[in-house]
Amino acid sequence: MVNFVVNSEQQRFDGDEDTPLLWVLRDELGFTGTKYGCGIAACGACTVHIDGQPSFACITPVGTLEGAEITTIEGLSPTGDHPVQVAWRELNVVQCGYCQAGQIMQAAALVDNSESLSDEDIDAVMSANLCRCGTYPRIRAAIKQAMEAK
Amino acid sequence: MRAAQITNVSRRSLLGGIGAGAFVLAVGLPSTGRAQEEEPGFGPDAMPNGWRDDPSTFIAIAPDGTVTVTCHRSEMGQGVRTSIAMVIADELGADWDKVRVAQAPGNEEKYGNQDTDGSRSLRHFFMPMRRAGAAARVMLEQAAASRWGVPVSEVSADRHTVTHAGSGRTLGYGELAEAARDLEVPERDSLVLKDPSAFRYIGTDRVGLVDNSGITTGKATYGIDVRRDGMLYAVVARPPVYGGRVKSYDDSAALAIEGVEKVVKIDPVEFPTEFAPLGGIAVIARNTYLAIQGRNALTVEWESGPNAGYDSETYRETLSQAVSSASGTVIREQGDFDKAFAGAAQVVEAEYYIPHLAQAPMEPPAAVVEIRDGLVEAWACTQAPQVTRLRLAERLGLPAEAVTVNVTLLGGGFGRKSKPDFVLEAGILSQAMGGTPVKLTWTREDDIQHGYYHTVSVERMSAGLDATGKTMAWRHRTAAPTIGSIFAPDPTQKLPFELGMGLLNMPLAIENIRAENPAAPAHVRIGWYRSVSNIPHAFAIQSFAAELAHAAGRDQKDYLLELIGPPRRVTPTVQGDVWNYGEDPDLYLIDTGRMAAVVEAAAEGIEWGREMTQGRGLGIAGHYSFLSYVAVAAEAEVVDGAVTVPRVSIAIDCGAHVNPDRIRSQMEGAVIMGLGQALMTEVSFAEGRAQQENFDGYLIPRMENAPKRIDVHLVGGDATYGRPLGGVGEPGLPPVVPAITNAVFAASGKRIRRLPIADQLRS
Repeated sequence: MVNFVVNSEQQRFDGDEDTPLLWVLRDELGFTGTKYGCGIAACGACTVHIDGQPSFACITPVGTLEGAEITTIEGLSPTGDHPVQVAWRELNVVQCGYCQAGQIMQAAALVDNSESLSDEDIDAVMSANLCRCGTYPRIRAAIKQAMEAK
Repeated sequence: MRAAQITNVSRRSLLGGIGAGAFVLAVGLPSTGRAQEEEPGFGPDAMPNGWRDDPSTFIAIAPDGTVTVTCHRSEMGQGVRTSIAMVIADELGADWDKVRVAQAPGNEEKYGNQDTDGSRSLRHFFMPMRRAGAAARVMLEQAAASRWGVPVSEVSADRHTVTHAGSGRTLGYGELAEAARDLEVPERDSLVLKDPSAFRYIGTDRVGLVDNSGITTGKATYGIDVRRDGMLYAVVARPPVYGGRVKSYDDSAALAIEGVEKVVKIDPVEFPTEFAPLGGIAVIARNTYLAIQGRNALTVEWESGPNAGYDSETYRETLSQAVSSASGTVIREQGDFDKAFAGAAQVVEAEYYIPHLAQAPMEPPAAVVEIRDGLVEAWACTQAPQVTRLRLAERLGLPAEAVTVNVTLLGGGFGRKSKPDFVLEAGILSQAMGGTPVKLTWTREDDIQHGYYHTVSVERMSAGLDATGKTMAWRHRTAAPTIGSIFAPDPTQKLPFELGMGLLNMPLAIENIRAENPAAPAHVRIGWYRSVSNIPHAFAIQSFAAELAHAAGRDQKDYLLELIGPPRRVTPTVQGDVWNYGEDPDLYLIDTGRMAAVVEAAAEGIEWGREMTQGRGLGIAGHYSFLSYVAVAAEAEVVDGAVTVPRVSIAIDCGAHVNPDRIRSQMEGAVIMGLGQALMTEVSFAEGRAQQENFDGYLIPRMENAPKRIDVHLVGGDATYGRPLGGVGEPGLPPVVPAITNAVFAASGKRIRRLPIADQLRS
């Protein structure tokens, strides 16, 4: 049995502790905002925050999360108004939107933890997250806008 | 609160579009199973189930004034839910803040054609949606006039309010909805559409995406996100080779896993496979992880079948052989190629190869199906909900009326989700579980290894130049397995719709042209992939145009403009293109002046002709597809054999702009996707099996690969909004690859004739 917190609420998981956090969130707890894209930490669609750090839920066994605090896209901001979310909407970043929860979680941690960001800084971190629609130019722009706004 | 539907006059619905027909493919396959009409029709009239413009079908107004627009086209990132709502809201005179969007289930009898492919949602539905909005506006005006007892000519509707000019009295849309509902829908011919100068949303960037909030907060629902009470989760082990089947299997280890509920064998596929599931062994479990674990625990012995020997490297040689001699069917003949070629002062020949590609939408195929009391309900990320409904009903042995297909958001489509095989798998498994809801998920490995791949192709180009460097003779031989191979037994020729994608309708001003199409059998499932056959055709034609410029010692852009020739309007059928994207050839002529204009705009955008530093170069390409004109100018840098593309300028003329921001975003996305095709993206095969499994081997661009600067230029436009629209979702992609490879040539002197570039330039 594993006890952990998701978006400020206590959760418990009784099954196979090798189960990746991704499937616990999506199938067991109903947090479907966190997406499956590859299962091998190659696309970043499953990015969540574990104790404040952006992490790939698809390769994180739930058994390693005893006492951990997990934040998903649903819990990033109670009003959905994290500077990154606001910038995303203002610049109409999304196309299909499927990868964007992971992009936003990655970007939010980057923005929250940085004083300033160069293009290279942004590329280095955000290259962990794939987007097949090709929204990268707008993601770059939105991160810069969120940095200004925060 | 009950939404009051504006009146529904069935007479009107019957007038909308052509009558119900059996499913025919949207992209120009012979319409078997459908009676040939005397007038074949064009555009939306030629699509299965045509179009509708009944306001009650698409618009509901609640007593509080909330307007719900029903979007019947699938949203996969092109922004159609926003664009359709913009069109209706503008004609309706609605306040954007009071507009909501609902998604239609698959029901073409009601909504008209729903196949969201071919870059045609707005092309086909801009006018019907305008009429629906305008008709609803007139009905609101009539309801107000009648309540006030004044002539309807004295009232006007705008900004969610109907106003009586004389008295200044007003009524809100919500107050009038119920009365308007009982009125007769005005005659189509009587409708006065808004003057475009009065558009508040169409043609502007004034509104944000309707799904912005849901997506950025994780609340938006994709096919893979649907949850039902008591739902089980499934994955399928499919034959590694296309057309293979299960010889034997042992599921005891899988069933020993706690939480694995059942193992189900799915019947093998028969050729031609169309949209049928590939067969295999399904594992149904209490969550996706357990289903995957169960699949890993299966022992399956496969019989590989006829495609066991497929090797893409060998097949490239086979295609190369096929285009090396005059063995192919002549598909276009203009002037006398042989004579002009024989008399040429200079001859240039080149061969271009594009590998298989997987659409790889970030959301893999996924669907939920449940069956209750003989009624099937599906939730799916499908581009083709009506086709899904029909095929699901057939497969489950039920009438189509017993099947509901709900359309979720699509996490990308790119043509993959036009094929409903994955929804059928979910249906088969739900049926096997006695109707229990089952979510079927394709893992990424499934998606890369069992796809409907973009075809593999070799194009051999030959040209003769005269002493001044002018191209006098042009021959294009194309060999590529056809998408028709999933619909008919062993066809080897490309179909008219494939040849009409930039080959038969290639408008360059060359006197002597021949095109030939040697045979090429398919060994994997071939399917639509964004832009389809335009990809290989544009790569070959636009690379070759640059090679000819080089041979003639000319500037690439100047030479391309000369090849495009003087402004003129070319009728596609004259060149043998009977398809013309399904559109009227007299309405959609190829305008070489518009082609030249986008080339000039793309060139200007990248500051063509500027001094380049060592290792950097510019390339350009233009291509007409999906009735739109696109040119791309790219800057490439080659350092130690590694290619980067720091800057791209892309120009599109797609006619009138409905949602300019989404035109720009589609162009940006096309640049990134094309960049991947140029640099890294490929599915290869050995012993019939795909050699890539996931995003660690099947490479698509990451942010670090993306150009630092992409400038999008919207050229042309149409202030009247009265001329035919071009497509947007697909035409951006084809010219991207040759623009990049032409830039690589300028930067490095190395001509790329085989994609992807990968490590070809590394010594």
